[in-house]
Amino acid sequence: MNGLRRSARVLFTLWWLQLKIVAVSAFDGILNVIYPLFFATTAFLMFGQSGNPEALVYAGLGAAVMGTWSAMATSASGALQSQRWQGTLELLVCAPTRLALAVLPVTAALATVALYSLVATLVWGRVVFGIEVQIASPVAFVVALAVTLASLATFGFLLSVTVVRYRTGWALGNLLEYPGWLLCGFLVPLDLFPGWVQWLAQTLPPTWGMAAIRSAAAGQTPWGEIAVCAGLGLGYAVLATILSERLVDSARRNATLALT
Amino acid sequence: MSILEARELRRSFATTTGVLRRRTDPVEAVRGVSFHIDRGEVFGLLGPNGAGKTTTIKMLITLLLPTSGSATILGHDVVAEPRAVRRRIGYVFGGDRGLYERLSALDNLRYFAELYAVPAREQAARIGELLEMVGLAGRERERVEGFSRGMRQRLHIARGLLHDPELLFLDEPSIGIDPVGARELRQTISGLREQGKTILLTTHYMFEADELCDRIAVITRGELVATGTPAELKARVSAGSVLEVEVFDGLGDRLSVVEALPGVRSATVTTGETSQTLVVSIDAGADVTGATLDALHGIRVGRVVSRQPTLEDAYVELVGS
Repeated sequence: MNGLRRSARVLFTLWWLQLKIVAVSAFDGILNVIYPLFFATTAFLMFGQSGNPEALVYAGLGAAVMGTWSAMATSASGALQSQRWQGTLELLVCAPTRLALAVLPVTAALATVALYSLVATLVWGRVVFGIEVQIASPVAFVVALAVTLASLATFGFLLSVTVVRYRTGWALGNLLEYPGWLLCGFLVPLDLFPGWVQWLAQTLPPTWGMAAIRSAAAGQTPWGEIAVCAGLGLGYAVLATILSERLVDSARRNATLALT
Repeated sequence: MSILEARELRRSFATTTGVLRRRTDPVEAVRGVSFHIDRGEVFGLLGPNGAGKTTTIKMLITLLLPTSGSATILGHDVVAEPRAVRRRIGYVFGGDRGLYERLSALDNLRYFAELYAVPAREQAARIGELLEMVGLAGRERERVEGFSRGMRQRLHIARGLLHDPELLFLDEPSIGIDPVGARELRQTISGLREQGKTILLTTHYMFEADELCDRIAVITRGELVATGTPAELKARVSAGSVLEVEVFDGLGDRLSVVEALPGVRSATVTTGETSQTLVVSIDAGADVTGATLDALHGIRVGRVVSRQPTLEDAYVELVGS
């Protein structure tokens, strides 16, 4: 019990302090809002051509979550690299706390910041393009959003520990950004893709999160999708925790922690 | 009682050359290093760049696995029990890195207090105490990005002491710090020694090692070449004295003439802005002042000083041999 309480305290304190690190940079803050708006605008203009209000609402919700995916994919892969540049990665590794507890708050803070982009996209769609997203089940909608962001944080956690040994690992995030837009069904229904793509998409938590958000907005029952999203997110966290220990051992063997 | 025991530590790295025809060669950075540190001791590890100091430290603080050999800290093996070792050691390195620039000093300490499992109810008092000790009380709410290098270094030390470790590793803590900052840092380290902390210190500044260390090991090309107290090292390497002669013209072949004089162990030249200094290491009991000045006949000579060997003389001889 004490261990659990301590872990929760470490996660919360480090998340809050990481959030402070991200929040004090005006440049990062503006970028986090403007960058998703750029792509959301492109999507709104494309879907607006159909003249179908339902398609615009579909794009409005999709573009909002799409921004969070972009923020996480591009930032998480470079999160540990930036710790390495700052010289703090070695200190995180040589602390008695498990590396997983030190890294998860970093990606959780990134996911929290991604929430800005989500809200900004919804407001942008409403104000500039007149897209009114009706939320039929607000409680389910908020839960679906929270679970999606939490699962994005664990996805980022897995991504960051996977590339920690490679100094150009941050590039993987850029590589994943655009395929993720399609695979998670942000803008295009997954039914349009071949079976193997759909199968692949279902291993990604945001796919289920996106589906849950759409269901909640439409007044359908999203709880099954939320449960799968949460389960997958948890699975990613467990996998990342195991991987982080293995990768640290490997980095200690191969002397790759101090690479700059 | 030994708090740290290193036995035959070795570490090799693979270096790769070539693009199409890649070749991997092993490089031995540390070659069978053995030493121990007693409780309450300040132990210096000295050596030139690339000698293996930092690699040795990284093996001891569990950041690197040794290729062979073993080490224990307070009875815990650095390979098999890394977490137990990490709970008992602090690690501070020199330079600007290793802190969260956008956080205040206080938040940096809170961050690492959590990671180093400082109990929540003790954190505020401990952080306050450490800020006071390193002279940063009153500046704790400022962001680290505005700190001077000396202030950062003192914050680093506070960070390394958060969990009250029994053994503190200080890896070139005074590098790049101005003389006043370096003096303050030495005072902080002296204070830690008075508190009974055990410290492993690496530095390039010999006077710093001489002032702070109870014992010193000299490492070069991955091997320990000498271990002892600063006085023992000075005596062991240069049982005799040192003659310094300031000269204003080129020495030409006179250096080898001086080196060949009876009673001369070695002769080196350091070049200053307006003159050169001939440093002659002399055997105990020998007097070569007259013979040296005769050998320099025709060259403009300035100050002539005979002095006892310093740790730096000992170090240069050990590392150069």
